[in-house]
Amino acid sequence: MCVSCTNQTSERHDIADRILTRFNYSDSKLVPILQTLQDKFGYLPRDLMAYVASALRLPPARVYGVATFYAHFSLHPKGKHVLKLCDGTACHVKASIPILHALEAHLNLSTDQTTTDDGLFTVEKVSCLGACGLAPVLVIDEQVHGQVTPEMAVQFVEDIKEQEALTEEVCA
Amino acid sequence: MTDNTLLLDGRKVTIEDDRNLLELIRRSGVDLPTFCYHSDLSVYGACRLCIVEIEGRGVQAACSTKPEPGMLVTSHSSQLREARKLTIELLLANHDRECPSCARSSDCSLQDLAQRLGVETVRYDQKTKEEMLPLDRSSPSLVRDTNKCVLCGDCVRVCSEVQNIGALDFTDRGASARVGPAFDLGLGNSECVSCGQCAAVCPTGAIVPADEQDEVWELLHNPDVYTVAQVAPAVRVALGEFFGMEPGSIVTGQMVTALKMIGFDQVYDTSFGADMTILEEGNELLERVGNGGPFPLFTSCCPAWVRWAENAAPELSDKLSSCKSPQQMFGAVIKEYLPDTNSAQGKKVAVISIMPCTAKKSEARLPQHKRAGVPDVDNVLTTQELGRMLQSLGIRFPELEPAPFDLPLGFASGAGVLFGASGGVTEAALRYVAEKVTGEIFSDVEFHAVRGLQGLKEATVTIGDLDVRIAVVQGLGKAQELVQRIQSGEAEYHFVEVMACPGGCIAGAGQPISKDRDIRQRRSAGIYTAERGMPLQKSQDNHLLHQCYEDLIGDIGGHVAHDLLHTHYEDRSAIYHQPERVRQPTAEHTVRVSIDSGADRSATEQALSEIQDFCDDHSEGGRVAIERRMRPAAHSCSGCSGCGSCNSSLNIQVGRQQHSDTTSAREALAEALQQ
Repeated sequence: MCVSCTNQTSERHDIADRILTRFNYSDSKLVPILQTLQDKFGYLPRDLMAYVASALRLPPARVYGVATFYAHFSLHPKGKHVLKLCDGTACHVKASIPILHALEAHLNLSTDQTTTDDGLFTVEKVSCLGACGLAPVLVIDEQVHGQVTPEMAVQFVEDIKEQEALTEEVCA
Repeated sequence: MTDNTLLLDGRKVTIEDDRNLLELIRRSGVDLPTFCYHSDLSVYGACRLCIVEIEGRGVQAACSTKPEPGMLVTSHSSQLREARKLTIELLLANHDRECPSCARSSDCSLQDLAQRLGVETVRYDQKTKEEMLPLDRSSPSLVRDTNKCVLCGDCVRVCSEVQNIGALDFTDRGASARVGPAFDLGLGNSECVSCGQCAAVCPTGAIVPADEQDEVWELLHNPDVYTVAQVAPAVRVALGEFFGMEPGSIVTGQMVTALKMIGFDQVYDTSFGADMTILEEGNELLERVGNGGPFPLFTSCCPAWVRWAENAAPELSDKLSSCKSPQQMFGAVIKEYLPDTNSAQGKKVAVISIMPCTAKKSEARLPQHKRAGVPDVDNVLTTQELGRMLQSLGIRFPELEPAPFDLPLGFASGAGVLFGASGGVTEAALRYVAEKVTGEIFSDVEFHAVRGLQGLKEATVTIGDLDVRIAVVQGLGKAQELVQRIQSGEAEYHFVEVMACPGGCIAGAGQPISKDRDIRQRRSAGIYTAERGMPLQKSQDNHLLHQCYEDLIGDIGGHVAHDLLHTHYEDRSAIYHQPERVRQPTAEHTVRVSIDSGADRSATEQALSEIQDFCDDHSEGGRVAIERRMRPAAHSCSGCSGCGSCNSSLNIQVGRQQHSDTTSAREALAEALQQ
């Protein structure tokens, strides 16, 4: 369930409380707590990091330090669809960067802005995904695509957009 | 091998109670270079400068290796020399090399080690201006410059291990790793209490006390301003260090001369303010003894401690002494007194205090220390800043002819001078209270139980038929442990003195940076020597202080005293529990209602809607702002620190008053809206 639409502070804190209870308010469980929080909200909202810090009696700077240390955590809302482009050694050698450039150009993104304005796509460069035999690799949401070319990557994006438009029509 | 020795560079060295190889090597006469090793902090092993070769183990960091009998240790070889040099060169590669204009230019460990190790060139280009990160000037006390950070982590560890605050931590990783406060919001917006111990341990200029020298020069050069200096007790035993004098040298007289030379019209002794604090605080203690509490009376001289209490334990506010700190008391009195006596010749009076402390800078800016928009203290200089100001003029400080403080406000007792050392406030207070209660005159006034550098000192002093239980604590980490024990009922005291810096004010972050490991002992000894040199030993004997009371203040603890010398405390726990505005006021003269949630969320929501309804129906309801403060619902709590999060009962704050039910909160609100 995505609850990023929940702006009601009390509800957000209730969710955080439930997660904290599940991990028994143990400060040694900070990483799994943050993971679960990110699963719920799609990213780590600042107010909830501060809330978790005070619940675990950790300094907020410590929680922020952990959240910024791991590449897995995001401090900004991510798009509905996350494209992870592998830039490990094998993928890099097999020309992953042109794919990145193609995606960025197509979606009007840059190193500073990785999520589209409509909140539909996030493009990330990640370290080795361990599928070097398929290099270059692009993971879209949970699905792994191997031997991707820039043209293929753009086509994937277009397919998703089409799918999204259809869903919207049905809903409307 | 049975003997307890090892071979260090071919020399036989006996292993004593050295905690690590580094301590052993330093004890044996070699000052191995380090950035990240501090004997008060945990071993971090990050800087890789104290590397040694150990036979069979290769190159190891001496700080994180235990000495073992039979070890063959080499502390210098060409390999080690090259490695150390390269480490420094790489640190310099990432460093803002604007050394001549850096505040730490004269006492920077990086500069010092680069010279010692013979690093003559840096083969890497300096970062460009665009690549540099902006300075953090959000705190009135401290300035952070990430571009000068060597990531040794000293500040992070002193803040969490010694002060138990943790306002700073490592953020990000790899090449973008840096040290900073939570969410990169700036130190001034964090739970930092401005004690500045981070700046005191920083080997470079990455964290330094905020600089007010230019503003003070402006005031000194302005002919329409009457400039008054007040100098804290701890400054006189440290300022000389700037000019090559021994730590603990008492330079009171030269300091007064120097201050006059740079243009101050009057130079007063903050110890006079400390004497005043003793009368007020001693009286408060006696009053509480009469009323049976509330105990303990926590001292309020240390602004970093007060800020911690406001942030993390606002429930202590009725136990904290309502006295302003000596700096603020004295500032208020000077501003009130000088124009009255017309000695300021009708000019605008500016009070500039010289303090061993960075937190004093933040304290002086607090709105409760302004009267009619005029601050009691205009600027706060640290001992470091004053030293630099004197150096900039080329004043040959040690050769100066000593001069006395100006009268009448420069006359202090020895008790006031004691404020510079940990335990000093307590000792000074005891000298007053003992005489006040028994009516006898004491000649032996030294209370040795409260002296010394231990983190926690406890004593029971019998005064008349009253056993006064006292605790003196230094370092905020130790203070927090004590507060926890008091709140759980494990410990009971009448009087608790807290100083945020280990060692008290003499080891404040505004004092000169020193590499002397016995610096605290030596400066403390200076304070006690200076104290014995004062003509009077007890605050209550200060006749000029009594004169001041007669002329200006009236009774101790009286009406004027309350206006000038006492203060109130804020609840700043929002730094940990951010409030959410649930009702915006639509009219002026706002009344603030804050509802604190405990474990029982439904009770909070119920109270919230009742208060909302009340405001909707009330004709003046538009003036009400309502905040809801969310605290974590439950804790696996290990002991009470008084955070109140386990408390399921309702807490509704109307203005400054606390209410535990909606009925009384509504009544209070109705009353507030009538005004």
